[in-house]
Amino acid sequence: MSYLRPDIRQRADELVALYPQKRSAMLPLLHLAQEQDGYLTDEGMAEVAELTGTSPAEVRGTASFYDMFHLEPVGKYVVGVCTNIACLLSGGEELLEHATKTLGCAVGGTSADGLFTLEETECLADCSVVPVVQVNHRFVRTTTPDALDALISDLRNGRRDDEIPPHGTLIRVRRNGGLRAPRAQVAAEREAAQTAREARAAKETK
Amino acid sequence: MTDALETRTTVTLTVNGREVTATKGEMLIAAADRVGTYIPRFCYHPRMEPVGVCRMCLVEVDGPRGATLQPACYIQVGEGMVVNTESEKVKKAQDGVLEFLLANHPLDCPVCDKGGECPLQDQTLAHGSGETRFIEEKRHFPKPIEIGELVLLDRERCIQCSRCTRFASEVAGDAQIDFAGRGDNIEVAPSPTEPFDSVFSGNTVQICPVGALTAKPYRFTARPWDLEQVESTCTTCAVGCRVAVQSSSNRLTRVLGMDSEAVNHGWLCDKGRFTIDSVVGIDEAPLTDSARRIMEPMIRRNGELEAATWGEALREAARIISSATTPSAVGAIGGAALTNEGAFAWQRFFRGVVGTDSIDAQYGDGLDPVLVAALPRATINEAAEACTVVLLTGDLREELPVLFLRLREGLVKGTTNAVEMSASGSALSALSRVKLPIRPGEAHLVAQAIATDDAPLATLASHPHGGLFTSADLVEARRLIGDDGSGVVFVVGRPNVAESAAPIEAAIRIFAERFPQAKFLPTLRRGNVNGALDMGLTPNLAPGQQFAPTAGRSTLEQLRAATTGEQSVIVSLGGDILENVVDTPLASAALKAASLIAVTGHGGPSLAFADVVFPTTVMHERLGTVTNIEGRVSLLAPKVTPPGSTWPDVAIASELAEEFGQNLGLSDPEETANVIEATTGYPCGSAMRSAMEGVVVGRIDAQTERRLLDPMAFPGIRSADLVGIAPRAGSIASSDASVAGVASRPALSNVAGDINPVIPMPDTYSLRLVVDRTIYDNGAAVRGTEALRALAPTSVLRVNPHDLTRIGVTSGGAVRLTSARGSEVIAVVAEAAVPRGCVALRHGTLVTTNASDSANVGNWIVDSEQVVVEVRMESL
Amino acid sequence: MAVLTAPKIVSSRSEYTDSHSMSRYLATDGFTALRKALSMHPEAVATEVDSASLLGRGGAGFPAGRKWSMLRKAPVSYLVVNGDESEPATFKDHYLIEREPHQLVEGVTIAAYALQVSQAFIYIRGEFALGLERLQQAVNDAYEHGALGSDIFGSGFSLDIIVHPGAGAYICGEETALIEALEGKRGFPRIKPPYFPAAIGLYGQPTVVNNVETMANMPWIVNNGGAAFAALGQGRSTGTRLFALSGRVKNPGVYELEMVKNTFRDIIFDPALGGGIIGDKKIKAFIPGGVSAPWFTPEQLDIPLGLDEVAEQASMLGSGSIVVLDEDSCVVRAAWRITKFFSRESCGQCTPCREGSGWLERIMYRMEHGGGRREDLDLLLDLCDNIAPGLSWPPQQTTICVLGPSIPSSIHSAITNFRDDFIAHVDHNGCPHD
Repeated sequence: MSYLRPDIRQRADELVALYPQKRSAMLPLLHLAQEQDGYLTDEGMAEVAELTGTSPAEVRGTASFYDMFHLEPVGKYVVGVCTNIACLLSGGEELLEHATKTLGCAVGGTSADGLFTLEETECLADCSVVPVVQVNHRFVRTTTPDALDALISDLRNGRRDDEIPPHGTLIRVRRNGGLRAPRAQVAAEREAAQTAREARAAKETK
Repeated sequence: MTDALETRTTVTLTVNGREVTATKGEMLIAAADRVGTYIPRFCYHPRMEPVGVCRMCLVEVDGPRGATLQPACYIQVGEGMVVNTESEKVKKAQDGVLEFLLANHPLDCPVCDKGGECPLQDQTLAHGSGETRFIEEKRHFPKPIEIGELVLLDRERCIQCSRCTRFASEVAGDAQIDFAGRGDNIEVAPSPTEPFDSVFSGNTVQICPVGALTAKPYRFTARPWDLEQVESTCTTCAVGCRVAVQSSSNRLTRVLGMDSEAVNHGWLCDKGRFTIDSVVGIDEAPLTDSARRIMEPMIRRNGELEAATWGEALREAARIISSATTPSAVGAIGGAALTNEGAFAWQRFFRGVVGTDSIDAQYGDGLDPVLVAALPRATINEAAEACTVVLLTGDLREELPVLFLRLREGLVKGTTNAVEMSASGSALSALSRVKLPIRPGEAHLVAQAIATDDAPLATLASHPHGGLFTSADLVEARRLIGDDGSGVVFVVGRPNVAESAAPIEAAIRIFAERFPQAKFLPTLRRGNVNGALDMGLTPNLAPGQQFAPTAGRSTLEQLRAATTGEQSVIVSLGGDILENVVDTPLASAALKAASLIAVTGHGGPSLAFADVVFPTTVMHERLGTVTNIEGRVSLLAPKVTPPGSTWPDVAIASELAEEFGQNLGLSDPEETANVIEATTGYPCGSAMRSAMEGVVVGRIDAQTERRLLDPMAFPGIRSADLVGIAPRAGSIASSDASVAGVASRPALSNVAGDINPVIPMPDTYSLRLVVDRTIYDNGAAVRGTEALRALAPTSVLRVNPHDLTRIGVTSGGAVRLTSARGSEVIAVVAEAAVPRGCVALRHGTLVTTNASDSANVGNWIVDSEQVVVEVRMESL
Repeated sequence: MAVLTAPKIVSSRSEYTDSHSMSRYLATDGFTALRKALSMHPEAVATEVDSASLLGRGGAGFPAGRKWSMLRKAPVSYLVVNGDESEPATFKDHYLIEREPHQLVEGVTIAAYALQVSQAFIYIRGEFALGLERLQQAVNDAYEHGALGSDIFGSGFSLDIIVHPGAGAYICGEETALIEALEGKRGFPRIKPPYFPAAIGLYGQPTVVNNVETMANMPWIVNNGGAAFAALGQGRSTGTRLFALSGRVKNPGVYELEMVKNTFRDIIFDPALGGGIIGDKKIKAFIPGGVSAPWFTPEQLDIPLGLDEVAEQASMLGSGSIVVLDEDSCVVRAAWRITKFFSRESCGQCTPCREGSGWLERIMYRMEHGGGRREDLDLLLDLCDNIAPGLSWPPQQTTICVLGPSIPSSIHSAITNFRDDFIAHVDHNGCPHD
């Protein structure tokens, strides 16, 4: 019995097959499990353990290392406000403070209606439009309290849904393409190229 | 394989101005240790791969850009390297690391188990500053938290050295704990879905360099400076791990693993580590529960066992023995719980005083001792370093856990390949290169196939559920074993005790004859069963492994003879017959019919039939030697005084002999050891005097040097007199000279039995029964220890998923199990490792963990007269 | 006056709003360089890159050509592209990934051809959701176009690219930690030696790890020749690079400039570039190359934008991110926040960084928010010395990776240049700027 639902499980199986070693699919698989539940559940992580050939403790240990993986439930929208150096110099702390009031929750907390979780982030690499705000890891470029409030209102009313999917959904573009030739053929081509290279090198040293 | 000495090259480097010679590939920290330059460390452990994370071992090493700080545990010695471990820069770095570690470390020393044996305390005293400059609020976490049944975690104390996570993953193969979080909120954590229930969890407590991991059974029990220590041998199983036994005020408090290069590398299993409580046992337990410690002699009067004096009990026992019509109507069963000296004394009593050869230290679930003695024996190191091991035995992680660890190392590294012939899968299956599963009754066919040709494959494939492996697997197995078996170790035992020994013994003989260069490691698992057999507690061997065939009865033969009246007296030595004999109905019938004299340290279900009970000393209460699976004889040192009126076996046997007017000539264990060595050459006396790794019978090449003990790697073990002592050539030479016992060892030709038993295939609905083992069972060690009692699993039938589906039952349900002996309902669970056409049951499991006695359940279906046990299974 | 004559090598399509689309890419010479490269000998392509003297455009500035030559002898290898841009105030790779994804794909393919590897990974930080989508789309486009996959453009060379998302950890920008993350583990950097990726990298195999911007240069170099690239810039700093300017400037943003020909003053104050300080305030200090770099004061404004030129001033150009502080900026707060960043991002493996960063952050917090003491100044410096002995630049380290010795940079710079500010904080028992 798979905990991941069929469409997610299928993408998971494809991911595992994509990498040279199973364990490399760990991060993408965790993103997938998070896509299904909005956060990482113990069952989701246990299934990722099976898929990657690791143990639940190792998966949990890996997931908890990274900021984007939430092991507790979060809101549909995770709002991140940056307060690192460039944003600090341009009102990042103040915008964060304002956000706590608008959303009615502390930094790290979730709004009463369960829709929004507020985070203080590190540098998000968009430092010309400061302070930087992301919602579910999409840049929203709301640099003033008013703009932020308008955005929150939009989100509440579903007006930004096609742009900002619920928390957990990261990459909406599926990989389609892949080597037209099977791996074995590629390996053979590579070997042939290596042999040719060696032959050339041998000739050159004569 | 290749002798490492030949391929070693040396490297010369300079350490603190001194020229030092080191081995190529050696880590700088180990080389420095060897020449007496101690570099402080936390995360480095000599038995695990280095990680270089604690940064305590930073030393200055010259390089192209001047001297830089490098972690000594992580860099290998290089030719011409210039190292400074005492410069100002190094001292400042050490001071800095300690200050950083202590910044958030809680001031728990007064309440922390580790205080007094704590590497953090010790190294702070040696290398740190006396004060801290940290005035912030320290990090706080809820503490302690249970990460497993036996281990508690105190997050505030943890210094994130990763010794525990590395041990769990690298050594034990149970990656049940890992680092979670990042930066300074890193914690060691299991997953909520899976607690840290590895059977090796206790090792993490021992190697933790602070008090972050503590053992529930030991927590708050004692302070290290109150503890007295003696080096001894663990007798919970037959691996014979070297242990440091510690006591306080004559009470056993703790057992720690000692680093023995030859045996256990410092590791212990949780059963060996935590069952010292069973020495005291549980007073409220009834006599029929092995948790109860027997401390007074007893005689059955008016149907009840009543306390008696030693004199009364001895006289009554002598009377019972004398009342037998002939000497051969008397027999003894058991002996694995005895020391070599005790076994020797009893052997002398029964053969010399009573005149019977019906003595057997096994319970019908072992191997023919003549066969075992005839095989060329491997040491554990040889098995661990073999090119190929062939596993024809039960799940080693359940039966001989530290042997599992030793073998696992090479399998993981890829330096050893395993061919596994198992009846129900094992913890080594996943690491085995070739898997040749065997159904009950098939072992010899598979052996024939490996040894000769593919012909037996057709027979195997004719099983209603088909064959379990292919010809390609066989080809690979043959390739790995090679032509004459050189570099191969066969690890052999009884994977299934519901099957007679015939197929397995036939397989072993086939291997021994076909592969003359191979060595064998027999996995007879009970404490000192190997020593007991070597001392002649078996019909066809005399002490010293001498072949001496007699008409004596084995255990099962004795029990059958009891039911027919041919044998009227059974003396049970050390173990409980009903607990250990798999064919429980036979054992019950025998005990009902015959008189029973029980010589025992613990209670058990057989005591319901006992007429006389003699209380013995157990475990760490007595002096003696024991022999492990390698044939290594090592010292068993006493640490506490025996309780109540318990006597050592040598005394009991001697006094009982006196009742017959005979003097055994063995007044105490030490004298007995010398007598054994003098009369048979078996090195008990030498082993008793050797403070080292014991003495392997007849193998001078198997003696190894004691490694330098790193107090930071094994905190808690008194190292002063155990560091770097060279082997005492004198005692080893004497054992080498004693080839008398070795010369008269049996040969393969002395082994009786059919090398080609014919066992018919079952019909389609018949299932064959596999009875295997569990580490936490109904024996005295587990039952007598509160912390482990609850871990013993309950009885459940394990079935291949296909076979369950066939009868429409789901895993977790129940079935009706029927055999020639009757029928009962039993819980069932699906397990893919059980082959189709078989069902598996663990010997030693109970209906519920609160069972009032420690009797086996499920064993009513085992019939020891049958070569294999056939059963049928239906849905309810 | 700023020198703005150099060609746009990696940002030539910035005027197009659809620069990320395949049609725009093809219409602007997309994949011409790849075709040309495939017609050359792979050794010849590598030689071109060598002759460009392209220094890595990540933080370390290691010569890209030399990294490759370490690899060309080995049979099995991987190419890993580091798109984990998480260095504070660095946002140039973000531009390249979101706005020029096909250029990146083409650059990676050219590099893979030169190195003769058939498997490449592009690791993008997980917070670039849109960037990840665009890059995956670009990879899909390339496969469809025959510019990726087996037998690319009929050349006999095959390449597979996997776009791999990170999940939020600055340390994964360190090349060995990135490899660990790519192997599906926690981002713990490996100890070098022996784990130099060129020797022991992904799955233990020889691996080249290159920055996104480094790869983005490939098409131009192939089309115009390495010599043309080397003709730009000066000394060891050749070609152009993307500079990310942020902080109290009027025009923060990403600027592609020729190396060395401009100074910090140019980029910060020139009307065509930074445009000066907001409100025309005075500049107080600036960080020349990411928060791991020691700070500069106005005395260093005329230093040219070149690796060696900055290194001579005991700092580093690093990732090319310049952060500007003005007269109203609180240096103590800035240093505190940077320290807090390192403490949050420390992987936790080794003692000095894990414990030291947290302790330093606690002290700086008191300094900024109340409770600071005079003796804290020496304590701060001594703790920094325990992480980076000698407090020199380039630094020594007691730690496993270079995050450790980066921690002291801001604290040391701030105390050295603005000790009075710290004293004022102590006396004020908090930030006097509030």
